[in-house]
Amino acid sequence: MRFVHWLVILVPAGLTWASFAYLSLDLGQLFTAEAQKQMWQYAVSFFPPDVSSDYLARIGAGTLETIAISAIGTALAALLGLILALPAAGRFGIVARVIARLALNFLRSIPELVWAALMVIAAGLGPFAGTLALALHTAGVIGRLFAETLENTPPEPAQALRLAGSRQALAFLYGTMPNVVPQLVAYSLYRWEINIRMAAILGVVGAGGLGQMLYFSLSLFQQQQALTVIIAMLVLVAIVDGASAWLRQRLVD
Amino acid sequence: MNSVAAVTRDPAALPRLALTVLIIVLLWPGFRLTEFDVGMLFDPRNRETMGKFVATFFPLASAPEFLRLVAKSTLETLAIATAGMAFAMLIAFPLSLVVTRTLSISRIGPGPGVLTGRMLRLPARFALMFFRSIPEIVWALVFVRAVGLGPAAGVLAIGIAYGGMLGKVYSEILESGDTRPAIALLETGCGRLGAFFYGMFPAALPELVSYTVYRWECAVRASVIMGFVGAGGLGQQMELSMRMLNGGEVSTILLTFLLLVVLADAISAFLRKVTQ
Amino acid sequence: MAKDMSISLSEVSLVYPNGLPAINRVSCEIGNGERVAIIGPSGAGKTTLLRMLATALRPSAGALTVLEVSPWHVGRNALRRLRSRIGMVHQSPPIPPRQRAVTAVLAGRLGRWPWWKGLLSLIYPVDIQGAEQMLARMEVADKLFERCDRLSGGQLQRVGVARVLYQQPDLILTDEPVSAVDPALSNRVIGELNREAVERGVTLVASLHAVDLALHWFPRIIGIKSGEVVFDLPPVRVTDDMLRELYASELTYAPTQDNRPLALNPTGIRRKPLCS
Repeated sequence: MRFVHWLVILVPAGLTWASFAYLSLDLGQLFTAEAQKQMWQYAVSFFPPDVSSDYLARIGAGTLETIAISAIGTALAALLGLILALPAAGRFGIVARVIARLALNFLRSIPELVWAALMVIAAGLGPFAGTLALALHTAGVIGRLFAETLENTPPEPAQALRLAGSRQALAFLYGTMPNVVPQLVAYSLYRWEINIRMAAILGVVGAGGLGQMLYFSLSLFQQQQALTVIIAMLVLVAIVDGASAWLRQRLVD
Repeated sequence: MNSVAAVTRDPAALPRLALTVLIIVLLWPGFRLTEFDVGMLFDPRNRETMGKFVATFFPLASAPEFLRLVAKSTLETLAIATAGMAFAMLIAFPLSLVVTRTLSISRIGPGPGVLTGRMLRLPARFALMFFRSIPEIVWALVFVRAVGLGPAAGVLAIGIAYGGMLGKVYSEILESGDTRPAIALLETGCGRLGAFFYGMFPAALPELVSYTVYRWECAVRASVIMGFVGAGGLGQQMELSMRMLNGGEVSTILLTFLLLVVLADAISAFLRKVTQ
Repeated sequence: MAKDMSISLSEVSLVYPNGLPAINRVSCEIGNGERVAIIGPSGAGKTTLLRMLATALRPSAGALTVLEVSPWHVGRNALRRLRSRIGMVHQSPPIPPRQRAVTAVLAGRLGRWPWWKGLLSLIYPVDIQGAEQMLARMEVADKLFERCDRLSGGQLQRVGVARVLYQQPDLILTDEPVSAVDPALSNRVIGELNREAVERGVTLVASLHAVDLALHWFPRIIGIKSGEVVFDLPPVRVTDDMLRELYASELTYAPTQDNRPLALNPTGIRRKPLCS
């Protein structure tokens, strides 16, 4: 073994040890009989899940709210992303391009959850904040991709239309958009799938949906209800996975 | 040419109309459900709060003791990610060895082990799936209630959630590699661990390391976000500053977060290049 | 400027930004309603000349007038109005692959329509019959609602011609309009373009690779080579030697549709071109 190999092994090992030391975590403490008994009790307290029809109805409402947050958030994001992508693709000059790219990067690099926490301050607790948070972050992601698509689209069709006397905006709609729209739709749907998962957990900072229900139930030490919410999240994600795989297979053309 | 009288209609018109109506019908209740109200943003009370808050974003908070606090939280975040990853590997390795089908001794020849093997693999597979399908932030919430506010909950959450992901991907890497050396060793009567370390590990190592490093990068980001529910680190600090509507502190922490992400990205890219 | 001139070039040169000269001091006048074929070896500047006439390229020197307008000395709106009177058939039809033929054809009149009509047509094609008529003239009426990426190269090229016919321009420019169409259909397409020009009394300038098509259909032939006009004659006076000279650098004989040597009559009298 060469020196480098030892380095590759020893440095991470050292850093891991340092991390545990810095956090003053004692893993041994987790495995004492006392701690294990407590953990077990905590785990058991989640069972059985609360399946009273009353609570299930609330779960249903929360699930619908989660789906609505993700759908509206993604739709708004597609719109906002499109608006920002045009300048970002250099359609309105170099200055607008730089500014739009900066804006897109900023929107994208702040995680959904941080946006959600900020939006809760701006729009109050509830699903509206979650919708805005998803819209802002996703607009950055979609906008960047869309700008790239616009830049890579062949310019000839729109150019030919302009040579036939068409207005610039109409030449864009007839010559460029047909190339771009399918990708925009496909990518927005893909992001929607991701955003459903995200919307389910955004609520932990108060932005509505299933996450908010989970947060409340855990705060009130109602573990059985919390487990119901977690199961609902898993079921929702499983359904979305299945549906998207099914759709993808059918739309493959 | 004899059917000139028949005016052709666009066959796509009806499907298009139906799709548009469908989208509107589906999105409309969405706006109701999300309590969508742009007016809310311009509600004088909200606007005042937000206005004041945003106005304080600049200048960035730069008091020495606050910067010290940020530095401490940043280190804490990195430590949570690293310790969490160590914990995750501890979970992932044994489970992935159990799950990897090519390492199954019982599959080589008919014997009494077939059923036992299957009985062992199934729960391991289920455990990995269970760990990774619950998002890390939910694990964090659960553990914060169990072990209290602070980094321990973050480490446990990353350990469990990422353990599930690592375990699945490890076994996929092992199964996709060249399995002949390991099978040859198993056939000569070598044990499971021996076959793994001598027959599979060397070839799969770069890919395993590369994926682990990539996950570490994700763990750094995740540990910041988990702070929002009280699992320590930079996120917890940001949550506190937001709650106090201290914009300067928030923007300093946001900037630190962005730098941290860039740094983690660079480190991970460098490590992956070195190990390839 | 002479009256009734559709195109007039005087001492026009064009040098590409990379320093490559493409057109060298070309002077020529084409009257209203004239039908002209431009022939010459590849790289002679046929496409550049046509793109200049289509106001896509600006000459570096000399005076250019198209439809009695000097395109580079008028305002934006006047230029747009001029362009809507020029129809260009491109060698590879510039139609987005996923657009339907009907939309592609209707787009030809975007320059004439008010803007709201253009928008409306995106929702429902405003003149299906008009588009169908033009496609029928190109024998692709059955592809009216077909997506353009599902058409063959030849069909797509004919959709491109149909778009220009639908535009009803005062000057039709065509750049190798039948390069992807089989000989029999080529004859039909070129014939249809000529019929349009004769019926509506508009000018037609076509660059053609196949010399036999040019000699058969056009009353005036311009041969160009290295960006300069070599001859400008009615087809009966174009001799075998001239053609051999024109294509000397690339072929031993003038290119035709099916690459059979052109049967030239030494007296120079051949088929009579379509009367104008």
